[in-house]
Amino acid sequence: MRSLINQRPGRGLRFALGVLPFALLLVAYVAASHARLAVNAHDKLLPAMSSFGQAIERFALRPSARTGEIQLWADTVASLRRLGTAVALSAALGLVIGILMGALPVAGAGLSPLVSGLSLVPPLALLPILFIVFGLGEVAKITLIVIGITPVIARDIALRVHEIPRELIVKAQTLGASSWQVMLRVVLPLALPRLFSAVRLALGAAWLFLIAAEAIAAESGLGYRIFLVRRYLAMDVILPYVAWITLLASLMDVALAQASHRLFRWARFGQLG
Amino acid sequence: MYRSSRPSLVNFAVLLAVCAMLLGIATESRAADAKQKFRLAWTIYVGWMPWDYAEESGILKKWADKYGIEIEVVQLNDYVESINQFTAGAFDACVMTNMDALTIPAAGGVDSTALIVGDFSNGNDGIILKGKSSLADIKGQKVNLVELSVSHYLLARALDSIGASERDVKVVNTSDADIVAAAAAADTTALVTWNPQLSEILKTPGTHRVFDSSQIPGEIIDLTVVNSKTLQANPAFGKALAGAWYEIMALMEKDDDAGRAVRAALGKASGTDLAGYDAQLATTRMFYAPAEAVTFTKSAELAATMRKVAEFSFAHGLLGEGAPSADYIGIETAAGTVGDARNVKLRFDPAYMQMAADGGL
Repeated sequence: MRSLINQRPGRGLRFALGVLPFALLLVAYVAASHARLAVNAHDKLLPAMSSFGQAIERFALRPSARTGEIQLWADTVASLRRLGTAVALSAALGLVIGILMGALPVAGAGLSPLVSGLSLVPPLALLPILFIVFGLGEVAKITLIVIGITPVIARDIALRVHEIPRELIVKAQTLGASSWQVMLRVVLPLALPRLFSAVRLALGAAWLFLIAAEAIAAESGLGYRIFLVRRYLAMDVILPYVAWITLLASLMDVALAQASHRLFRWARFGQLG
Repeated sequence: MYRSSRPSLVNFAVLLAVCAMLLGIATESRAADAKQKFRLAWTIYVGWMPWDYAEESGILKKWADKYGIEIEVVQLNDYVESINQFTAGAFDACVMTNMDALTIPAAGGVDSTALIVGDFSNGNDGIILKGKSSLADIKGQKVNLVELSVSHYLLARALDSIGASERDVKVVNTSDADIVAAAAAADTTALVTWNPQLSEILKTPGTHRVFDSSQIPGEIIDLTVVNSKTLQANPAFGKALAGAWYEIMALMEKDDDAGRAVRAALGKASGTDLAGYDAQLATTRMFYAPAEAVTFTKSAELAATMRKVAEFSFAHGLLGEGAPSADYIGIETAAGTVGDARNVKLRFDPAYMQMAADGGL
């Protein structure tokens, strides 16, 4: 049948179709930027490509006159350090809490309502409290991200643990496994692949909280820079920073997907998706 | 190729829409010819609250009707965003300080005119130290403030006054919306902010005001700025704004029942009451009489202040990377042009305030 639904683009066409929207967006941008610059040569809203080049040169290649550091690099290191610490902490916490909630009914009864409740609190609303308790430094920023994403990860892990067929757990027990051994040898290996996908999905939220925390009080970081130069509408700096953040986030996503694929080959047998 | 015709058509349609949107942004700023409808943006601050009253009381509508135009008044929550929107062409007029007028619209190539010089900060901006009571103690401390704002300028001027420089402190960019919470944190020791946050923080025991804007009088000025092209093509817009503004000023100034009622309304709209608003007015040098504003606008001090502001802005890269010196942008004042007279982007024009003073509106 020649219905549209049955037609699959070949490799080359698929690639071309994927690139086309980006190319058209770029053309639309250049045209709009050109039109605005023709009216006002100093317009900052839609800078020309050459302005981006200069801004990138200034921020990514040349050391800053004030600190002697390369700013984009210093901002990236500061942000990734915060994000990495927070995501690692959240993953570890989420895994432990999620397994406890899912595997031990007693722990589940005690923890589930709390974790469900916490997952619904908008973390940004807690910021004034975080500032007073943790100060304005790194701890408050990392805590904001941890509070924001840990409950979601924990609930996802608990759901996964609930999906484990009861037969598997009974079987392990008939073979003489204790509760500890069941959790370690049956539940943990089945929960780990889900941890990776949960973290992948939580990364978007983690970036959001990171940028928000850096916008409010910081001395360095990608979010700090964007909100600082916004003060004088420096879109020539903001747009490359946004592109850079998008690239970093995509790389992390791909890296996590790859790691999961390699680490848990066994997880792909016996289940779809 | 027919295989891909449908999907790419859909893509194309989406992109056409995006192009149209971007072109919409592109052409927005062209509409500077004579027109009937105008938009004014304002944000909450003691010296700008009268615009809220102008809208609420119908005084602005009365003046707009007199000149046969319409003026829409929009309150924005975010101060910098309101100026960015003005710069992008979404508003014909906007409230801002003298420094932000230079570094955002003027540095962005949008020729802007300070139509109304409303007041200057006379203690509304201040530096607070926790546990220490002398400005010299600020050396070596972390200072929380909104970077590149008038707070930053105030800090630079304060450090100047004790022979220190910004190298002697570490500046931490802190949002003005969260600075009161930030002040409560144990590791925060020094802050620069403005009212009402300033007085809120000073209520905490152990905090000291070590420097404030009354020590640099007339340098932090609150303006109502209008796009110069729009004003040139539509003097009626400027006349209606100035007429409404000074009608409210005359009401507000008096300490009679009517005056108190206006100030109470302004206080309520800014989240406080008559007493709270009067306390903020006490640290604000309002120009109630248009003649006072004209004298200030024509003074040589204004030109000298703008030179200092331009130098600070240049030193912090606020005039843009293309700016070779602090003189890059011309600032036109009655006492002479500061900076490059061929690239005038900010104008202090006393003409409309003069008309108000002469009763010519």
